[in-house]
Amino acid sequence: MVRSHNEDSISFDPELGLVVLADGMGGYNAGEVASGIAVSVLASEVRHQLENASPEDLNESGEELGVRLLRDNVKKANLSIFHAAQSQPQYAGMGTTIVTALFYDDRVAVAHVGDSRLYRLRDEELECITRDHSLLQEQIDGGLISKADARLSKNKNLVTRAVGIDSDVEPELHMHDVQVGDVYVLCSDGLNDMVEDDDIGATLQMLKNNLPLAAVQLIELANDNGGRDNVSVILVKVKGRFAVPHGWWAKLRSWFGN
Amino acid sequence: MPAKLILSMDGAVMKEYPLNKERTTIGRKPHNDIVIDNLAVSSEHAAVVTILNDSFLEDLDSTNGLAVNGTPTKKHFLQNNDVIEIGKYKLKYLNDQPTQTSAADFEKTMVLRAPVKMSPGESTSKSPLDVTATRKTEAVITTQFNATGSGMAADTTGGAPPAALVQILNGPNAGKELELVKNLTTLGKPGVQVAVLARRPHGYFITHVEGGSFPTVNGSSIGEQPHQLRDHDLIELAGVKMEFYFKT
Repeated sequence: MVRSHNEDSISFDPELGLVVLADGMGGYNAGEVASGIAVSVLASEVRHQLENASPEDLNESGEELGVRLLRDNVKKANLSIFHAAQSQPQYAGMGTTIVTALFYDDRVAVAHVGDSRLYRLRDEELECITRDHSLLQEQIDGGLISKADARLSKNKNLVTRAVGIDSDVEPELHMHDVQVGDVYVLCSDGLNDMVEDDDIGATLQMLKNNLPLAAVQLIELANDNGGRDNVSVILVKVKGRFAVPHGWWAKLRSWFGN
Repeated sequence: MPAKLILSMDGAVMKEYPLNKERTTIGRKPHNDIVIDNLAVSSEHAAVVTILNDSFLEDLDSTNGLAVNGTPTKKHFLQNNDVIEIGKYKLKYLNDQPTQTSAADFEKTMVLRAPVKMSPGESTSKSPLDVTATRKTEAVITTQFNATGSGMAADTTGGAPPAALVQILNGPNAGKELELVKNLTTLGKPGVQVAVLARRPHGYFITHVEGGSFPTVNGSSIGEQPHQLRDHDLIELAGVKMEFYFKT
């Protein structure tokens, strides 16, 4: 992928069932460095650790394999970024959001930190299955501001959790069942700040048989609506059941403003 | 610059109050931040809770209530130029921070180290924030910019091209017209051949979605790339002929 001047980083591995998207923050190119570290740690470590695990012993610890793998490696990425930021003055204070999903055994483990999102289109309905770690989301939860009014807020883009800014981070983790036909969207806030959920849903519904085109349309929609932030989108469509970690298909587009 | 309230009566400005604290109270008694010494005003009439760049007005169960822009309300998310009425007094809310969805320059993602307390009813520490990271930004402004208030709906406001239609020319639906009112309109039969018509600020584009063959425009195949439509272009897909034209 082209990475110049883009603070988002992405990785996808249909064979493993792993997708990762991170949206970095920090001066100069520090945001790009932070999101790059997060994505490469997740992608390489999860692959490595899956090679040394067989599906049978996955749940022995009493904790789901996916949950454990994602949490351990988000924490690992956190430490790598934190140490880099401590040792290099130009990286001081850098951090990144992350959303990552591991599809296996007809389920998906999802970890996220910050305001990068995972949406799911099932049947006709688009649902955001991550909850932002942001000031605005806390205000919505607290009843201070309605979902409709949130668009008017001048306090967007304030995340309450990020990877790499402290020595430890607590990612939010969930397992979800997966159904054949589901379409999953991982995106940075450059998409959902500019495109209403209804429009994301309608676009996917119309174009779910051509995911590369759907990804291009989503990004064009963000840009047509005045998008100026980086927009990254990963689309995943579940083509069949997968009792072992394969048998589904991922398509992706990342965009850096056309 | 913090948001502010400008107190006036009968059009005469009396005083300006910056909203630089988390909770600003309005009432008759002298301990309020904004004191309005008038019997129609309750001793503690209302409060404005400010969280970073957003302010929320709350009626503190006052006897005579309050209105915003002429509508009586108990609780209100203040927007720039809102006018709060308390009796004969008016407080105009000014906040010139751009709403971020329509900010033409840039935005920053920042991390809040400590959670901000949300309940407007309880007072909280003065400065709960320690901003530690900002995201470098780069301007990616393409084509037209939809700088309306909500900035979101790319429908008929701002960035929409002139209205256009597709008319079916053959088959059982011949003569039928379809106005392209949505950002995306699909044409064709799922599983056989589908194309999408995208309405963008600089025009209408047809793109192949699925099917073994590509749609044709004026007799030539469009391939996999989006193809911009011109007035009176002839589209053919799945055996159906259609004409694209702009509404006059």
